[in-house]
Amino acid sequence: MTSVAATARVPHAHHDDRSFIRKYIFSTDHKIIGIQFLFVSLFFLLLGGVLAMQMRWQLAFPGQPMPGGGILPDTMAPGGVILPEYYIQLVTMHGTFMVFFAIMPLLVGVYANFLIPLKIGTHDMAFPRINMASFWLAFAAGLVMFASLFVPDGAARAGWTMYVPLSARHDYSGASLGQELWSVSIILLGLSSILGSLNYITTVINNRAPGMTWFRLPLSVWSLFITAILGLLALPVLSGAAIMLLFDQVLNTHFFDTTAGGQALLWQHLFWFFGHPEVYILILPAMGMVSDIIANGSRKPIFGYHSMVFAIVAIGFLGWIVWGHHMFVSGMNPTLGSSFMVSTLIIAVPSAVKVFNWMGTMWRGNLQFHVPMLNATAFVAMFVIGGLSGIYMAATPVDMFIHDTYFIVAHLHYVLFGGSLFALFGAITFWFPKMFGRVMSEPWGKVHFWLTFVFYNCTFFPMHILGMAGAMRRIYDPTQYDFLKPMQPMNVFITVSAYLLFATQLIFFVNFWYSLFKGKKADLNPWRDNGLEWSLPSPAPHGNWETVPTVYRGPYEFSSPQVAEDYLPQNKKLPTDREPASAPLAGH
Amino acid sequence: MHWWLPLKGSTFAGPIDGLFIAILIITGIAFVLVEAGLVWFIVKYRGRPGRKAFYTHGNTRAEVIWTTIPAVTMVALGLVSNHYWVQIKGRDSVPANAYPIAIHAKQFEWQVTYPGADGQLGTPDDFTVRNQLHVPVGRPIVVHLSSEDVIHSFYVPQFRVRQDVVPGMDIKAWFQPTVPGTYELGCSQLCGLGHYRMRAQVYVHTPEEYDAWMKQAAQEAKQ
Repeated sequence: MTSVAATARVPHAHHDDRSFIRKYIFSTDHKIIGIQFLFVSLFFLLLGGVLAMQMRWQLAFPGQPMPGGGILPDTMAPGGVILPEYYIQLVTMHGTFMVFFAIMPLLVGVYANFLIPLKIGTHDMAFPRINMASFWLAFAAGLVMFASLFVPDGAARAGWTMYVPLSARHDYSGASLGQELWSVSIILLGLSSILGSLNYITTVINNRAPGMTWFRLPLSVWSLFITAILGLLALPVLSGAAIMLLFDQVLNTHFFDTTAGGQALLWQHLFWFFGHPEVYILILPAMGMVSDIIANGSRKPIFGYHSMVFAIVAIGFLGWIVWGHHMFVSGMNPTLGSSFMVSTLIIAVPSAVKVFNWMGTMWRGNLQFHVPMLNATAFVAMFVIGGLSGIYMAATPVDMFIHDTYFIVAHLHYVLFGGSLFALFGAITFWFPKMFGRVMSEPWGKVHFWLTFVFYNCTFFPMHILGMAGAMRRIYDPTQYDFLKPMQPMNVFITVSAYLLFATQLIFFVNFWYSLFKGKKADLNPWRDNGLEWSLPSPAPHGNWETVPTVYRGPYEFSSPQVAEDYLPQNKKLPTDREPASAPLAGH
Repeated sequence: MHWWLPLKGSTFAGPIDGLFIAILIITGIAFVLVEAGLVWFIVKYRGRPGRKAFYTHGNTRAEVIWTTIPAVTMVALGLVSNHYWVQIKGRDSVPANAYPIAIHAKQFEWQVTYPGADGQLGTPDDFTVRNQLHVPVGRPIVVHLSSEDVIHSFYVPQFRVRQDVVPGMDIKAWFQPTVPGTYELGCSQLCGLGHYRMRAQVYVHTPEEYDAWMKQAAQEAKQ
């Protein structure tokens, strides 16, 4: 049998005679592009963390010199004391880097690229060169945003939401070049995401392996597919808004200038029309990958696969009609507030369905708590908190009180850190062997997980209580307010927890880099999973398969009575399996 | 340290805190059920050698139940919330007898214009005070909010009231203070480098105190 397979090999996939630059830098291989996104966005994740640490210092110890702050120039922190204008740059750039250059590319840039072709069984993306362009546009966007930290009057300083007219007029914000570079970078990033989304959608529709029907797709692919649709429709709105903003900034147009007939609320509508689908771009892929990992860790088929798919589609659809819940107190017509409240409350339903189905999957399972499973379980536990805290701000009267307070900060970090980032720690560990051919250290992964879990909750849970006390966001010095002075010990507690949380992430970085070079060599299928990617060598070669595999079943056939072992790969042919009628589209 | 909501300083605090507590109970039940269920499953179904997972693809009845219960709860919550929302922020919610005060926000201060003795804004006896909001207790107050430059946000936690102040728009917000005392008005929308210090003192007076203050302040403003 092996000799037959050897003679059937296609030469182009076997001989990899590409130059170093073609192979690793300007590569069109979806896996290399995914890995490029991984390295770049991990850098921005670290950078976003460094910015957050500086903010936390100022909030706990306002006006005191920050240890090591002496290296910052006098325009940011003279004598190590953070200036108000630098503080709001930290606020702005932390949000910007984390949302646009860390979480979004980690979930979509890395895993849509890496997983979609491997999981649907094809050689590469539908448009490999467009895919390469997508990465390099994102890289350029990242460079521009990074450079904006170093321009003379500092980075953008109007919050990551860039509300006008503060962001549009330099005399209001005090920054000029930094604000303009933000707009340029976001325009480039939008273009990059549009190209990427186009590719993911086309690939999923056209390039599925024979037998890979829609309802045999792994939930990770389903969620990345819906995410790509959201991205394709939402990012043009953001880019368009950013172009208008840039025109206001440099050409003195008046889209948002209220003194010349522009509209301040127009930006908010455009931004959040993008921004709320964006929230689901930042969580749907995490939900999908967590579903894959929980089924694997439970050694059990996913509970209610069809409900899970419909929930993803429902979230993707409802995500378009909830943007106004960011604007309940913005001056928008209060009647609109009522309708946005109802749509927002309804979107809690598919999220709840997903949580119950993850629990259903674990119910009567044979739970294997490897590092990815630990992180995926934490995702469920933390996403529940982030989801439930969203109900408070969906109820318009309560939102009037907690809007723009630390309650919101707590909520969004429970979703983006407790949700997306735990899912990512799980996903990085889970697919690391297929990316790099080695396994990440299990003991260090567990140490990292438990410390992160504890310090993460110590950092973000008390923020709910700060918010209930009325503590506003984006305040440089909370002790300016008498009613916030008694809350200062809590700010100190949060800061200490945040430092420990940050220090814990160094364990992950060391584990990542050490395992990259010295980790245990991975075999084909270290997690005994069913996905098509696990039938490939670790790391998977250029072009993936010589002949694309045939799919005989869904991706979650764990503990099936048909076989002795507790997993049953999608491409394993049992005597009872029939060949699928035809391929959706012939491989190239 | 406060571990709970601030003092109930206006008529909005009752319904808003009530809703907050109702949501706390609903989400608290969901939270305990899910987290306790997770912990129970983690312990009970932990992997052991020789054990095999129960092979099932789901249960339609369970899906219907756990889709319906959250859906009904959320719609009910939406209806209740909307009832209060209309009273608090609805277009016609401002009481006809509300006492008017104009607040003009600019980087980084609040300019508060009082109606003077005639109780009407836009008349010659109006006068303006910086960063001090004086109001009588027990009477609905309507603030006319306008901005000089960027978006600010009018926020008094004890009143549970917040309204963005948007340049180019005239927005009315109302509230009825219930407890005399001194509070703080903060800007809660990032408005520039001085955002953190854009605060004003709020004084809730008894009606007699308020009239006395008004006479004195009008005098001082004339000079």
